[in-house]
Amino acid sequence: MTETVPVPMRKLMLLVGATSDIGHATALAYAQGGWDVILAARDAAAASRNAADLTARTGRPVPVLTLDITETTAFTAFVDGLPRLPDTVVSVVGLLGTQARAQSDLDDAALVMRSNFEGPSLLLGLFAERFAARGSGTLVGVSSVAGERGRASNYVYGAAKAGFTAFLSGLRNRLAASGIHVLTVKPGFVRTRMTAGMPLPKLLTAEPAEVGAAIFRGAEVSRRDVIYVRPVWVLVMAIIRAIPERVFKRLKL
Amino acid sequence: MSTDTQTIAGWGRYPRRVTRLIPVREEAAVAPLHRAETGLIARGNGRAYGDAALGDTTTLALGGLDRMIAFDPETGHLAVEAGVLLADIIDAFLPRGFFPAVVPGTRYVTVGGAIAADVHGKNHHGAGGFGAHVENLTLALPDGAVRTCGPDANADLFAATLGGMGLTGTILRATLRLRRVETGWIRQRTVAAADLDAAMQALEAANGSTYAVAWIDCLARGAARGRALVYRGEHATRADVADLAPDAPLNPPAGGGALAVPLDLPAFTLNRLSVGAFNALYYGRGRAGGNRETLVGWAPYFFPLDGIRDWNRIYGARGFLQHQCVIPKARSRAALAEILDRVAHAAPSFLAVLKLLGPGGGVMSFPLEGYTLTLDFPASPANLALLDSLDTIVRAAGGRLYLAKDARQSRDTFEAGYGDAAARFRALRRDLGATDRIASGLSRRLAL
Ligand SMILES: Cc1cc2nc3c(=O)[nH]c(=O)nc-3n(C[C@H](O)[C@H](O)[C@H](O)COP(=O)(O)OP(=O)(O)OC[C@H]3O[C@@H](n4cnc5c(N)ncnc54)[C@H](O)[C@@H]3O)c2cc1C
Ligand SMILES: NC(=O)c1ccc[n+]([C@@H]2O[C@H](COP(=O)([O-])OP(=O)(O)OC[C@H]3O[C@@H](n4cnc5c(N)ncnc54)[C@H](OP(=O)(O)O)[C@@H]3O)[C@@H](O)[C@H]2O)c1
Repeated sequence: MTETVPVPMRKLMLLVGATSDIGHATALAYAQGGWDVILAARDAAAASRNAADLTARTGRPVPVLTLDITETTAFTAFVDGLPRLPDTVVSVVGLLGTQARAQSDLDDAALVMRSNFEGPSLLLGLFAERFAARGSGTLVGVSSVAGERGRASNYVYGAAKAGFTAFLSGLRNRLAASGIHVLTVKPGFVRTRMTAGMPLPKLLTAEPAEVGAAIFRGAEVSRRDVIYVRPVWVLVMAIIRAIPERVFKRLKL
Repeated sequence: MSTDTQTIAGWGRYPRRVTRLIPVREEAAVAPLHRAETGLIARGNGRAYGDAALGDTTTLALGGLDRMIAFDPETGHLAVEAGVLLADIIDAFLPRGFFPAVVPGTRYVTVGGAIAADVHGKNHHGAGGFGAHVENLTLALPDGAVRTCGPDANADLFAATLGGMGLTGTILRATLRLRRVETGWIRQRTVAAADLDAAMQALEAANGSTYAVAWIDCLARGAARGRALVYRGEHATRADVADLAPDAPLNPPAGGGALAVPLDLPAFTLNRLSVGAFNALYYGRGRAGGNRETLVGWAPYFFPLDGIRDWNRIYGARGFLQHQCVIPKARSRAALAEILDRVAHAAPSFLAVLKLLGPGGGVMSFPLEGYTLTLDFPASPANLALLDSLDTIVRAAGGRLYLAKDARQSRDTFEAGYGDAAARFRALRRDLGATDRIASGLSRRLAL
């Protein structure tokens, strides 16, 4: 019998929400770090533009799968259908919506809640189960500073992100002893399609590439629990959290 | 789609222009904008110095078209969207043994911008311009039609688009031929030239080198006028690296970028004294180390200024002017001498680069067989007048100015330099229906 030398398999990252700019920058950071990447998006045709980019740059194939984060009943089959269980799963799925609409239209509000909280939480929760069974894995959820305090201008979105942040923190707490790592990302402002046309303060606004690099570093190198990308946000949010509610309720933020 | 009225400028921060700035996120968004808008121009990464990438009324910011499309390692053919930066191509492909066939002095230019200016590198004498290595490109025309063209298909449109400064339409994507390289090092030989004749001879003699360019001390006068350091370079092979720097990695890291010019420096930072002192030191050092071969990393070799972010702020808020002319070879010597004399007396130029160019590529491409001299000046009324007087010398010698650097040449200077080409280009713009629909500060100024 001849012995076959095992070929070391590249680590695998699954990106959920692969049409997002932050998502693509993250995929690029992983691909450049030598990882294999699988993309999942509800619009696989649109995501294939990003897959082609990664393939052209690295020479490695990048499969694209279809997944709608609101179709939670499809999750188990999706996870079972993966070529192999990823080492890391990153969810950047999110929906900002329009506050004015979300506060008066129940369906719209429900969609914002399901897209930012229910769907991403259930999916990462499912991967957590598989990772726990295997005994390894990293989960990354892109949440938001908007989840740290409800504001008139975006509290439906903010509340959903708050739920997601709490879910991730619970997962982290539960799995800390089992070697499974959970990273919560609160990127602050980022120049992407989501914020196109909004006036953004320069110092507080990151480029997608900065966020992508910070996610790769935080998840795979420095193994952080929570990152804000631009450090100045730690301070900004500490102040925002510290304002007493009786004052906060009168502020226009 | 979001739109925003803004004041924008080129790399020289002169002139400024108010325009709507429309960020483009995907190729499919461009054609409808061409149908809907008039007076618009494409903008890549804003590295053109003057008013070429400032829309007459509307500017399409194409940085979002930054995805690569496909690469064939057998042929070295790389298809990319037009907003991809040469920096990204180098990052992804140098480790895989490929390098852009032509690079300008900064890697932070887009492929669309490199085609639209048909940029030349230090290898122009042998390799031609950027456009000579484009397999094909896809263009959104003024009426919103989208057409692919190349040397063999729609060749007229292709030739007008190379060096056409965005005025034939918006390039959406292109396929480039990359060159194979074994390492990220350049084998450099520095030749000190004591005066202008010696500098020109050394550049002539360097014709067989892949890369050749000269730095000129433009403050040196009298017998030393035109003294220069001539840099010749070759892509180092693995064997070269093993020979010259056995411990070096095959791909040196880019480094740089860390240093930044944080604020606009006061205008007096670059005066005759500081430039003069720097030049004397620099020349002395180059001559002392002269004629030895050294290995230089690709980044400091091709892109020395990229190591300093936002260096254009060195000149302060008033902005600066770059004057780049090319003079036909037969008349180069006298015209260059006259220009250098004028500059040495009037105003110091921090940057002064001399290079021998080969024949041009596209209809409006800048290069012609002759010497190109590049000079930098702070924008001021006195310097604007100085540049007008340099133009007179250039015109008399049958030369022309590079549109990617230009912010101020007169229409007469332009007509004298580009004559027939400009007429052909205008006719083609008319046929395309581009004349008013696609317009920049540059096209308005020169009535293109
Ligand atoms: C430090 C420095 C060194 C340089 N060195 C050199 C050099 O050695 N050789 C050289 O040739 N040039 C050189 N340049 C000039 C530079 O290479 C050109 O101006 C180049 O066009 C800039 O590319 P960009 O993407 O920034 O384009 P922009 O500056 O944004 O635009 C330049 C022109 O290209 C057009 N354009 C941009 N994108 C498109 C598109 N997608 N479709 C159609 N038109 C488009 C614009 O309309 C405009 O006319 C240098 C510039 C700097 C700042
Ligand atoms: N940009 C910022 O300033 C900022 C700040 C803080 C947090 N964030 C968060 O960062 C993440 C990425 O956002 P972005 O800025 O890159 O904007 P984006 O491009 O709008 O990203 C949102 C992503 O979520 C996907 N998505 C939405 N609903 C989905 C669904 N039902 N099923 C599957 N995918 C769905 C979108 O896919 P489609 O392309 O199909 O719509 C898109 O890929 C989001 O979670 C966002 O909340 C962004």
